[in-house]
Amino acid sequence: MSAEVGAEMGVSLPGAGWRRADGAPAQRREGRRRRRAGDDPGVSMVEEAEFTSYYGRPVIKPPVWKQPDVPAYLFLGGAAGTSAMLGALADMTHRPALGIAAHRVAAGGALASVGFLIHDLGRPERFLNMLRVLKVTSPLSVGSWVLAPFSALTTATAGAQLLGWFPRLRRVTGAVAAVLGGPMTTYTAVLLANTSVPSWHEPHRELPYLFAGSAAAGGGALCTVFTPVDEAAPARRLAIAGAAVELAMTHRVEHGHGLVSEPYRIGRAGLLLRTARASTAAGTGLLLATGRRRWGAVAGGALVAAGSALTRFGVFDAGMTSAKDPKYTVEPQRERARAREAASSPGEERAGG
Amino acid sequence: MTSISSLSSAFTGDDPGNRLFGPVPDVVGQSTSDADHPARVGFFTDTSVCIGCKACEVACKEWNTLPMDGADGRVDVLGLTGESYDNTGMLGANSWRHVAFVEQSRAVDLPMPTVGRPGDVGSPRPLAEPPVVHAEVPASATTAEQTAPQQTQSGDREIRWLMSSDVCKHCTHAGCLDVCPTGSLFRTEYGSVVVQEDICNGCGYCVPACPYGVIDQREDDGRVFKCTLCYDRLTDGLMPACATACPTESIQFGDLDELQARADARLAALQADGVEGARLYGRDESDGVGGVGAFFLLLDEPEVYGLPPDPVVTTRDLPSMWRHAAAGAAMAFGLALSAFAGHRR
Repeated sequence: MSAEVGAEMGVSLPGAGWRRADGAPAQRREGRRRRRAGDDPGVSMVEEAEFTSYYGRPVIKPPVWKQPDVPAYLFLGGAAGTSAMLGALADMTHRPALGIAAHRVAAGGALASVGFLIHDLGRPERFLNMLRVLKVTSPLSVGSWVLAPFSALTTATAGAQLLGWFPRLRRVTGAVAAVLGGPMTTYTAVLLANTSVPSWHEPHRELPYLFAGSAAAGGGALCTVFTPVDEAAPARRLAIAGAAVELAMTHRVEHGHGLVSEPYRIGRAGLLLRTARASTAAGTGLLLATGRRRWGAVAGGALVAAGSALTRFGVFDAGMTSAKDPKYTVEPQRERARAREAASSPGEERAGG
Repeated sequence: MTSISSLSSAFTGDDPGNRLFGPVPDVVGQSTSDADHPARVGFFTDTSVCIGCKACEVACKEWNTLPMDGADGRVDVLGLTGESYDNTGMLGANSWRHVAFVEQSRAVDLPMPTVGRPGDVGSPRPLAEPPVVHAEVPASATTAEQTAPQQTQSGDREIRWLMSSDVCKHCTHAGCLDVCPTGSLFRTEYGSVVVQEDICNGCGYCVPACPYGVIDQREDDGRVFKCTLCYDRLTDGLMPACATACPTESIQFGDLDELQARADARLAALQADGVEGARLYGRDESDGVGGVGAFFLLLDEPEVYGLPPDPVVTTRDLPSMWRHAAAGAAMAFGLALSAFAGHRR
């Protein structure tokens, strides 16, 4: 629309030459150097591009979610999900020690995850309102309806196991919890991606796989730590496979989306994700080389679990960075609008070129 | 309120009624079975006649008993910003109207894209026919000045002051409403989007879901708050407080159809008069949020006023996200199953 207006009136300069007249703070935030999508960071800068904002204020509201509550909730929920799978499969393949460890990790992770979620609410005493409706347009609503039965079933399974009660029934509850464990690993990715936060929304096709991989790494690693080595092989393999997926998907999110990938590489988020990568890679190496020995399993498992947790903190932090700086909101939208305008008036472009 | 068929579209992506994205002729009808509902109402905020008096902000605070807050939304803080006359800073839980102030200048030797001969730069605009602001107001010298009232010359520079009263957009496809897990946010019979404060549990999901950064959490309260389009006044047949208080009719309230027609006429009048950069924002029903209930006439790019240039409701991509989440969950299962294949150790 603005292009039409501009064309009609013969405006030759962007914004008819108007520039902000006032104070320095706002001016300093303008005229950023802009990177073209896909370019190597820090290497090739394109010409100074005018980037306008209202006194450098964010366009969207940064999430009010707290740290460490929400990243911890993401990590624990995911790790509990894959642990529940390990627990049920261990029951079916007669690995009692792995079953005990996996059910306990699943129950502990689920309960802690619920605790962090409730603690993050502005009105924690109203947490049951989450189950007032079921809305598939709200990943938090869907997630609550997954998390509530999942935490109840995993707690029941681990409790019954601890007390030696209901040996048959607890295999059923464990199996149902394992089925719910699947969505437990990925709904939190949709929770983050389904926002206006640029660095969460843009990689919405990758985040579910990143979170599933990270959950497999975290759950597998925690179960490796708490299981005697002669039964820990499946947990170890799951941790290694999950870590590989996590590393690959994190790399794609960090580099695949031009400007909105930038927050994953800079500042605190960049540091967290680099540390996560080092921790996961070192832990995976240890598990591969020395995972059949107790000390190797504990050290490697702890490193992979720490890497999984740090990945969630890094992803969370990158989103916060992208929400707080208006350039991540304005520039991609401006480019999109420009591309659409160019596509809708191709005749003009051809005449010009 | 919401039928099963509307639920499934977010999973399947099959959305013939544009429940997730796209233009909707009757947004109220979409969420009610009552065929006899009132017409959709809204605001047309014509920033070309805004004088920055902030009467809207004051009226809103008074009527809705909103606490005093600083420019960063904190309660009981004076918070002077140094950003022109704007000490409100942003829309938030405690400011449901926000008047933006943008001071701009340009060199007068620029090629003027407006009226007059090249030598006449900066001279008073010749206004042969006073433009009509809208039908009810007779054209006059006062309305003539309203074509560029915010603009004047100072030395070798031309300066202008853009003022715009921002408010919740009451989107056709409202991200906040879509993601609310408790059902606290709902669509009223007037087409507006309102928070039920007795339901809200402060999960905060709506805050980053809004593509305009409108809704926010009140820190000492925990719940979220935003403009209700004065739902309580509407049900009593009154106009919203801000529109009632606005002295220049910059904020116009009414049936959305009528406001849209009025805005189109106003835009045409301004363009015919050579006012540069005039454009409607949020008027287009084929935009990323299906058009909004509170739209604007702006004199510069939206981002100059702190508005997103091309907002898209996040729910548009939700079916794709759910599909990838299902595939990711299946992948986790696959990894776990294959971990049990092979050797026991």
